Amino acid sequence: MKLKGAQVVIEVLKEMGVDNVFGIPGGAVIPIYDALYDSDIRHILATHEQMAAHMADGYARATGKVGVCIATSGPGATNLVTGIANAYMDSVPVVAITGQVPTYLIGKDAFQEVDITGITMPITKHNFVVKSPEKLADTLREAFAIAKSGRPGPVLVDIPKDIQNAEIEYERKGEIEYKNGIKEIISEESLSKAVELILESKKPVIFAGGGVIWGEACGELLEFAEKTNIPVATSLMGLGCFPGDHPLSLGLIGMHGSRFANLAVYHSDLVIAVGTRFSDRVAGKAGGLAPKAKFIHIDIDAAEIGKNVEVDVGIVGKIKKVLKLLADRVPSMERREWLEEVEELRVKHGLRYKKDDMLRPQWIVEKIQELSNDDLIIATEVGQNQMWAAQFYKFKKPRTFVTSGGLGAMGFGLPASIGAQVGRPDKRVVNIAGDGSLRMNIHALETAAFYNIPVIIVLLNNQALGMVRQWQYLFNEKRFSQTDLNPHLNFAKIASDFGVEGIRVTTKEDFEKAFKKAYSEKKPFMIECIIDKDEMVLPFIPAGGTVEDTIA
Amino acid sequence: MHIISVLVNNHPGVLSRVVGLFSRRGYNIESLAVGTTEREDISRITLTVLGDDYTVTQIIRQLNKLVDVIKVQNIGKRDNVSRELLLVKVGYDSNTRNDIMHIVETFRGRVIDISLDSLIIEMTGDPEKIEAFLNLINKFDVKELVRTGLISLERGNKTLKEYEGEL
Repeated sequence: MKLKGAQVVIEVLKEMGVDNVFGIPGGAVIPIYDALYDSDIRHILATHEQMAAHMADGYARATGKVGVCIATSGPGATNLVTGIANAYMDSVPVVAITGQVPTYLIGKDAFQEVDITGITMPITKHNFVVKSPEKLADTLREAFAIAKSGRPGPVLVDIPKDIQNAEIEYERKGEIEYKNGIKEIISEESLSKAVELILESKKPVIFAGGGVIWGEACGELLEFAEKTNIPVATSLMGLGCFPGDHPLSLGLIGMHGSRFANLAVYHSDLVIAVGTRFSDRVAGKAGGLAPKAKFIHIDIDAAEIGKNVEVDVGIVGKIKKVLKLLADRVPSMERREWLEEVEELRVKHGLRYKKDDMLRPQWIVEKIQELSNDDLIIATEVGQNQMWAAQFYKFKKPRTFVTSGGLGAMGFGLPASIGAQVGRPDKRVVNIAGDGSLRMNIHALETAAFYNIPVIIVLLNNQALGMVRQWQYLFNEKRFSQTDLNPHLNFAKIASDFGVEGIRVTTKEDFEKAFKKAYSEKKPFMIECIIDKDEMVLPFIPAGGTVEDTIA
Repeated sequence: MHIISVLVNNHPGVLSRVVGLFSRRGYNIESLAVGTTEREDISRITLTVLGDDYTVTQIIRQLNKLVDVIKVQNIGKRDNVSRELLLVKVGYDSNTRNDIMHIVETFRGRVIDISLDSLIIEMTGDPEKIEAFLNLINKFDVKELVRTGLISLERGNKTLKEYEGEL
């Protein structure tokens, strides 16, 4: 069947099962938007392309499917960059489609021309410029296959306008396999070495990352942990991969992990790392994470084995499969002594905060969980808000935490929560926000209001760039350089002006009332909570330190 | 020195993906040679790099992740033959001419162009030979010098594309 290139784009999106896309039209994508006009695919109009990328990212994290964003050439494409980098750092499958000037103008510095494949080369898993019409459909199919295979990541497809307008012979094909995606290296030798280390170990811990979620291995992790009675710590990206209320759960480790979890890992004699890259926010000082431990590292990406932490056994493969192989090879174990020691640590060094009449962020996070029926997806901005959410919300299921980990991109939360809510209408998405981050992409409120996307924004307003201010408090003699923000901004009122109901609260009672109202109504809502400026995220292991340097 | 051989799809932009990876991860390239292979849709990139085992392992694993990379091997670890081509323009006069010619002959090089006061020498060889030759020729009036970068093949029957993944 003969179709226009732009129609082929839409047809391939349908082949890939895409139901929602996020974007903004512009000169170089007019044909694509024209084809979209007749299609069943829902398009969510963003107010800035960065948000379209974050929405696609949030959609992907919440659903496990590939998120799709569309932008025009030039500035549209460059505006996507932060969003693409964010998806790359956290291994999120996103396909970004950009318009490009016609092929005959490429390289001529044409209006709104930018070399977006050159720009995004270091922040995509792969990218393409479609230079001949007959390659368009297969290139798009390949983009989806690459984005979700193995360790997922963003892929950009740049489509010149003349290709969008070309007449193309189109044939429906459906999803294709990406052949080079997974190169497993699982040897019998490495498996038996791993089993040997597990049997020898007196104080083992599992350290699970986002790879467990993307590898759909949460069930296998639970089974393996319960069979061997090994406590499970997670990275920020791993939150939700193991039930936070499980007796074996240690919760978050790293810079702002609980002292108890960090101590348990520090004193362990074996770390079984699964689907994690040992980011510097966790690994801290070289060799300081678990100085007496041996390391087993299981990951789908061979380049992560031994990259940040030297390991004794590396296994490259699908986590689901490897955990199953290991579980089959180890006997059930009790480990009473070690678990008792861990319990003691939990009692002595668990997370805590001051419980008084003040409206405190930690209390707010706990209250959100208490007042809902475990049907929430929590998104966050970046900074203190994010760490309080990670510390005090007990994530029980995968894909319930949407946060910018690796890139730490302020402004992520609101658009990402919108994307997550679009992908999971059966859940309620709460964006736990800070005022510093929220103001970066606050105009995403318009999208929430326009489409009635019922995200609840719980804004922890400390009228400061709180995380940086906290560092300045601790390390720069309280010289608060450029971190005290305009105290006159009334976020609840700004929300109202965008068409999102906003309430400002200063007391616990008012928060409870407001949240109950927001939770019961199917519409977007903002609860602006005024909190103390000097509130800190604790405990805190300074960058490059170990648990022994903890500020508590 | 490590010799990294990379088979890549012969697409526009592939070289910049490979080189970009090196620069953004802070790996240094000592020499680089790119050319077509027995198949016109595949190119072969040969890189020589200095670095410890950790760095070279990382380089190989990161290269393996590039979509357009088909195979990567550290040929330097294997029994290999390696060659580099060098062209050098040397000024001469009646005092130095015979000495220069003598060196060229000893190293089995060739003089491929000659003018009234300068000549161009072509020299191929493995890195040690090239270095030894350069040590001598640099004593003369070297005006211009260009090297291709090393290319390398493993000895015996085995070819690069036959290697399986290893950790």
